[in-house]
This record gives sequence, C-alpha cells and structure tokens, in this order.
Amino acid sequence: MVPGVSATISAQNLRKSYGDKAAVDGVSFEVEPGEFFGILGPNGAGKTTTLEMLEGLREPDSGQLSVLGLAPWPRNPELLPRIGVQLQSTSFFEKLTTREQIRTFASLYGVSAQRADQMLSVVGLDEQADQRAEQLSGGQAQRLSIACALVHDPELVFMDEPTGALDPQARRNLWDLLRRINADGRTVVLTTHHMDEAETLCDRVAILDHGKILQLGPPAALVRGIDSPVRISVESGQLDGAATEALTSAAGASTAVTDDGVTLTIATHDPGTVLSGLADRRALTGLRVQGATLEDVFLNLTGREYRA
Amino acid sequence: MNRAAFRSLSRAMFLGFVRDRAALVFSILIPVLFLLLFGSLYKGTNAPKVSVVEVGRVSLLDQAEATAPTQLAKVLSITHTDNLTTALNAVRKGTDNAAVQQQGRTLIVHYSIADQTTAGVVQAVFSSMVQQADVTAAGTSAGYQLTTTQVEDKSLKPIQYIAPGLLGWAIASGGAFGAAITLVNWRENKLLRRLRLAPVSVGSVVLARVGVGIFVALIQLAVFLGIATTPYFGLKLSADWWMAIPVVMCGTLAFMSIGLLVGSFAKTQQAATAVANIIILPMAFLGGAFIPLDFAPQWIKDVSYAMPLRYLVTGMQNVMARGEGPLTALPAIGVLLGLAAILTLISVRVFRWDSV
Repeated sequence: MVPGVSATISAQNLRKSYGDKAAVDGVSFEVEPGEFFGILGPNGAGKTTTLEMLEGLREPDSGQLSVLGLAPWPRNPELLPRIGVQLQSTSFFEKLTTREQIRTFASLYGVSAQRADQMLSVVGLDEQADQRAEQLSGGQAQRLSIACALVHDPELVFMDEPTGALDPQARRNLWDLLRRINADGRTVVLTTHHMDEAETLCDRVAILDHGKILQLGPPAALVRGIDSPVRISVESGQLDGAATEALTSAAGASTAVTDDGVTLTIATHDPGTVLSGLADRRALTGLRVQGATLEDVFLNLTGREYRA
Repeated sequence: MNRAAFRSLSRAMFLGFVRDRAALVFSILIPVLFLLLFGSLYKGTNAPKVSVVEVGRVSLLDQAEATAPTQLAKVLSITHTDNLTTALNAVRKGTDNAAVQQQGRTLIVHYSIADQTTAGVVQAVFSSMVQQADVTAAGTSAGYQLTTTQVEDKSLKPIQYIAPGLLGWAIASGGAFGAAITLVNWRENKLLRRLRLAPVSVGSVVLARVGVGIFVALIQLAVFLGIATTPYFGLKLSADWWMAIPVVMCGTLAFMSIGLLVGSFAKTQQAATAVANIIILPMAFLGGAFIPLDFAPQWIKDVSYAMPLRYLVTGMQNVMARGEGPLTALPAIGVLLGLAAILTLISVRVFRWDSV
C-alpha cells in the first residue's frame, strides 16, 4: 500500500486524551477505496473515539488525518455529503413513522422522497414504512438507521457497532446487508467488539487495545500469523489410554489432550497426523476441528482473555 | 440556508409535537380546562346585578330608566311597591339588595351590609346617578352614557385578566418545557450529533424549532381567544388586540431561551422537567398569571417586576383587554426580547453537542 492521497482515509499518529487518560494513543492506519475495514477491540479500547475523530465529531489532540482527501475537523460541509454515519444508538425524530424519518434525513441532503422510499426497500422495511420508529424491533431500527446513513449515497460509510444488542438471526441479516453495501463499491469502516463479525465481514482489521493498534491486517493472515494449535475433538470413550498416548506422541511434543468425559479434545500443531490416526482407529464420531480465531490472536497479543 | 431542509425539519418537529399526547395535554388541554374552570367560577362576580325596590315614585330612577334603559338594566333590576315596611323586610332578608325612596330632592337608599360587595355597588350606582342628575340640572348636557360606561369598563371583568394570565402561563410553560426537553432528548438519543453530521446549518435547525414553538404559541392564543370571546365568557377584545400577536411571539422566544438554558445544563429529561417546573411554577403565581396583579398584595406586585412572565401577561392584558394603544406593548416586547437575547448568548457558551 502506498500511503498518500489515494487512500480514502489516512490517519497518522492520532492522539486523543480525556483528562489524564489517553483514549487514543498514537494510532496510524490507511483505508483503501472500496475496502471493508474493521476496528476491533474490547469496550473502552478507543474504538469509538477513533471513529469520532474520523467522522469529524472530535478534534484529535495531535496527528494528521485526511478523509477523502479532506480534513474532517473543524466540521467540514464539503465532506459531510460524501460520508454516511450510522450511530451507535438509534437516533430518530420522536413520533415519526419509518418513512417520515428517512424522508426527513433525505431532505437534509437534498435527496428526493422517492429515493428515500427506495432506500427503505433496500433495507427491507417496506412493510414497516407506516410504523413509528419507536415500535420497530432492534434489528429493524438498526436497518432504518443504516438506511438513513446511506440515503444520500455516500462514498464512505462509518458504522459504530451496528450489530450490538441484536439477536443472532438479526445479526446475520444485517451482515448480508453490510456486505451488499460494500459490494456496491462503498468503503465501509466498522467498529465492533465481536470477533466473529470482524472475521466474516472485514477485508482488514485493526485490533485496538488501550488506545493503541496491536495488529493490523486481513483476519485470515492475523490468525495464521499466530502459531496457535488446532483443536480436534471427538466423543469420549472411542480411544483407550494407550491409543491416545500413541497418537499424541506421533503428533509431536506440543500436543495436549483433555478429556472431560463427554468430549476428548486434542490441541496440536500437526492436525494431519492426529486426524489420520483417528480415522485409522475409526474414532471420528462427533468430530469437530477448530482453527485459531481472532480471539486467539487477541489472547496471543495481550496475554489475556478477550472480554467484549 | 437550505429551504427544503428547513421545511422538512419544521414539519418533522411539528408532527412530533401534535402526535405527542402529553405535549398536547400540557400545552393546550390543561390551560384550556383552567380557563373553563376559572372563567366559570369567577364569571359575573365582579358586576353583580343589584335588585332594587322602588318605594312609591322615585323620579330620578324613572328618569334614568327612560334615558338609558339597557345600561341601567345591566346593573339594576327594579321592582315597584308602595309599602316601605315590606320593602325593608325584603332588604333585611336579602331577597332584594336595596330599597329606594325619594322625599322631595332627597334620595334615600336603604341597603344591607350583609353583602358588602353588593352594598358597594348599590352606593356607587346611586351616588353616580345623583351626581349625573346634578350635572344635568346645572345645564351641561353630559349624558347618562358616561356614567354607565364608567361603572361597566373601569374595572376589568374577571375573564379579561383570567384569559391573558392563563394564556401567558400556557405559553411560558409550552416554550420553556418544549425547548428544554427537545434539547435534552436530542442530545441523549444522539439526534443532535446526527444533525451535526448532516450538511445543514445549526441556524436552520434552531430556526425550525423556534418556528414550531411560535406556531404552537399562536395556536394557544387562537384557542384561548376563541373560548374566551364566546358570549358565555364574554371577553371583549379591544381594537388593538392584534398587538398581542407580537407580544406572544416575543414571549415564546423569551421562554424558549429559558428552556434552552435549562436544557444546556440538564443531563436527563427528568432533570430538565424538574428545573423548568421550579422556574415556571413560582413565576405563574408571582408574575400575575394565576393571581391577577391588580388584586395581589404589594410584595407580589414588587416581586413581579423580576418575573419575565409579568411582561408577557401585562403586555397581552394591556392591548387585549384594557384597550390601551398598541404602543403600550412595546416595553414588554423590549424586556422579553432582551431576555431572549441574553439567555441565548449564555446558552451558546454552555451548549454541549454530546453528553460526554
């Protein structure tokens, strides 16, 4: 990647403190056009503050920042129509219906009511058009909020924990929507504290903790980068002690076995040997193979359990 | 300024108001109920009709009846008898308020002080009648009209101070609560931040909110005037009543600026409501809205000058009910606009987009 004007976002050494506490402590990254970029970290890691600086809601204490080639601070009316922001909570006008909400937001950008109504279809809220926004379910409200962020067809979209507090079904629906938004050619920057969300959606993620970027790259590369064992589990009782012993020694010194009476789990760096050994012994009932996840990356980086 | 954005923001805010039952109840329904209640309670207490027994012939009374029958009928209902004793008994019992007889050039009025208000009216009516007769006898041609209009109009009928008082209170609380709650809610649900990220000027947003606030206040004015001018309540608007419109608009600005300041400090809607209540409710009692200043004790009259509500209420009263010229509203307008300007400047300084 060549740093410079071609990047959609270029952040160099951003810092922001509240009192003595450094919320963002020297963060640098670039986001390329059309990229799906994730900022990942536990609560209080500095994700939201970073995002707010990118959006132009907060002034960085120091560092260089350019968004679509422009400075977001102070409030830049030239930049505002080109970015879409979906806020953490669902921020609507009181007592307005779904359709009235999106039409009001559309008019702020000089966008027609017709186009606003189309946007409702895009997020699948046609049937709820005449319902008050406060009567929508969590997932529907979140989709309306995304529609309001996209109504003026921005090049760059910011989303702050869009799937927070949604049930698994609604989360998956929303993921589909977010993928489509990105597939249309828009650059998407998303903060999340869900590892699985970052893994499925993002082209690249920045793992943030205590205001610093710990690691940055495609999720798959980050996961491969840590030398984490593969966990292979089968139902207990298919192997006797001697067979387990033989299998573990064949797979190398770092291989570890745990058996809780229900599941036998073998953590190994040589999954091939273990799997073929299990197959030879016809002990594959209930087989599950789990590679490392971003969670392991986090654990590996910080030495502590990831807590959202 | 982006006109389409301004229009749609105004529309969104107005819909938000009319669909909010609580807002409608507090800004329109409750003040109207108060108006109906107080208007009916005090209806006619100020100008009670006096029933008079004419004993024998009282030429002065007959003369007055012949010259100005309608005016007199508003104040007096007259019955005739020739028996002084029955007449006096009726007055003692309270079935009639006064008995009148004439002996030569002397007019004798018998009345009971059991009902002091009526006794006062009886004395006032007859002394003015005698004065009038003296003036006529002296050869000047001043008519009876003068006397009767004095009795009718110098003192305000209750509806003439109840209506502007309650209306002032309704406008004050509507403006202050409306502005404070909007600001706090929009900050809490991040709508304020969302608007900041849209390419609309802060001016458009503020102007739209103020426009809706003034529109609501004018609706309150229309509803109040509509009810108070019905024959039942009998509010008579003076010729320059239209001057109440700018007074209402400036009053709305002043009280919205109070709400803006409250909303800038308050963190939650509950806090905003509580603080606005602490400001508005005492003001309603001390600023001439609930207790007419004409009848208030001196200390309330003194304190009222420090109450912004006083200027809204008296400003409206002067041009709507007292029939004073349109210019008499200007000092009130000046005070209200000055207050709005000062409080808005302070609010701009302490304004926060975000709760953190």
